Amino acid sequence: MSLELTLLTQPEVPLEADVLSPDRLQSLNRSELERLELYYGNVRTPLAEFFSINGDFDGDLHLTGDLSRIKHVGSLMTRGSIHVHGDIGAHLGTGMSGGEIRIDGNAGDWVGPEMQGGRILVEGNAGHLIGAAYRGGAVGMTGGEIIIKGNVGNETGHAMRGGLIAVGGDSGDFTGVNMLAGTIVVCGRPGIRTAASMKRGSVISLHEAELLPTFSYDCCYHPTYIRLYLQYINSRGLNIDEACINGNYERWSGDAVEMNRGEILIYRP
Amino acid sequence: MKIKSTYIEDTFAEAFKMWAARFIITAESRQWAQAAARSVTGFATSVIGCKCEAGIEAELTPEETPDRRPGVSVLLFTPDRDSLGKRLVERIGQCVMTCPTTVCYNGLESETTVNVGGQLRYFGDGYQISKKLGERRLWRVPVMDGEFLVDELFGIQKAVGGGNLLLLGKTAAATLRAAKAAVKAMRGPGIILPFPDGVVRSGSKVGSRYKALIASTNDAWCPTLKGVVENSALPEDVNCVLEIVIDGLDESTVGAAMHRGMLAAAKPGLRRISAGNYGGGLGQHQIHLHRLLEATAA
Repeated sequence: MSLELTLLTQPEVPLEADVLSPDRLQSLNRSELERLELYYGNVRTPLAEFFSINGDFDGDLHLTGDLSRIKHVGSLMTRGSIHVHGDIGAHLGTGMSGGEIRIDGNAGDWVGPEMQGGRILVEGNAGHLIGAAYRGGAVGMTGGEIIIKGNVGNETGHAMRGGLIAVGGDSGDFTGVNMLAGTIVVCGRPGIRTAASMKRGSVISLHEAELLPTFSYDCCYHPTYIRLYLQYINSRGLNIDEACINGNYERWSGDAVEMNRGEILIYRP
Repeated sequence: MKIKSTYIEDTFAEAFKMWAARFIITAESRQWAQAAARSVTGFATSVIGCKCEAGIEAELTPEETPDRRPGVSVLLFTPDRDSLGKRLVERIGQCVMTCPTTVCYNGLESETTVNVGGQLRYFGDGYQISKKLGERRLWRVPVMDGEFLVDELFGIQKAVGGGNLLLLGKTAAATLRAAKAAVKAMRGPGIILPFPDGVVRSGSKVGSRYKALIASTNDAWCPTLKGVVENSALPEDVNCVLEIVIDGLDESTVGAAMHRGMLAAAKPGLRRISAGNYGGGLGQHQIHLHRLLEATAA
């Protein structure tokens, strides 16, 4: 039976819950679970003060309630799964390298920052800095995948060096800023300054995008690898039109202020 | 033992350990996928002279390929593991990458892999791009119609080469009919018939009176030499022999194909079905014709 935690009391300030990760819950008995320490502001608080606990941990963790003020869930996780039946707060899956996180609602800022592997699926919207590097850090996400079915904020994939981010809706400004490698797919409309200062990597937009003048037009063609990516993303729950899978894309190289080895691909119906 | 009027000799096919790879070629149309597949499997009938044996395993519908385009599945065999990677790089580089609109994917899940795309990427002269989707790394090599996409790693596995049937007919026409029927029945998953349309007429024996040659005509099975050689294997009423060579991913797949081939080949005019061997001293696999038939009968 999986472990089910239901939020009893909505915290007034964010609750830091990096202990809610399969790696940390493994082999804990009920009393140890109840005594797990969360940071409520700067105060250490036992888990049982905020959550009701049902079942035993078998690798799967279920969280229920409005957890939009619960931060750092799934930090550094390497295995297992977390299913959030509701919204979730910031710093979800920080540095995770394996396992799967599924959010039925919306997610806050910093989904999968500096993530190395595993999967995150958000059914709703997410905030800023998805898969990004932390401030002062050189490298963001290096592997794994983040699928957001709704919209996302600014700086998605900031300094990302690998992996896949797929956004079902619109993305904010600076999508793929400072990107080093990896792939970002935006099914809606990206904001301004997309892929600014990118060195390598791919930003794929299924709609018109406003490009920086430091990107140069190459050609309009059908990149076969896009077929694999879009089909894969569809298999993860997005619904990308067949025309986009089979269609042609404008290729723009950039950013010329950096190595000029990155690309923005824009679908051309 | 007989199938209808065709006598099945109590002998065995002597087959050899090989290494095999499977790759999937897709293209914008069936025509281009086939063109690449024909090219990549050309001059690959026998390891004796071609360094590898290759053939089309199956034509694939768009629903069966990774990118949902028309495709072809190809099997390639070599005698040893090291040379398999070299042959893949040579052939995919020269015959698939060169063919318009094609992509080449690994088609064999195996823990043992060889680096193919990771070699071919250098053709991109620094403009190649790596993409990693899950655990799979692909290389995008810029070419004149866009880009050539190829998997970095291709799975390889131990396999079996040189399974065979010898079809002994009264006339050339009857033997050809039997061979064509056998080939049609034998094709299937996990095997290829590397010779032209699956049939070989120039079966060989090991060695030659000429020191430079490692193989020479199998004189005991040549009808024109029945009255010349002392060890002719051919009865008086046999005037034509055709061979079908089978390479497969494992012995049971090769055996099953031989079994299907015998049943289909046994037609009026085909006097005997035999198999080529070297007395059992060379190959690691012995596939006995009677045992194949008895297994089914049981």
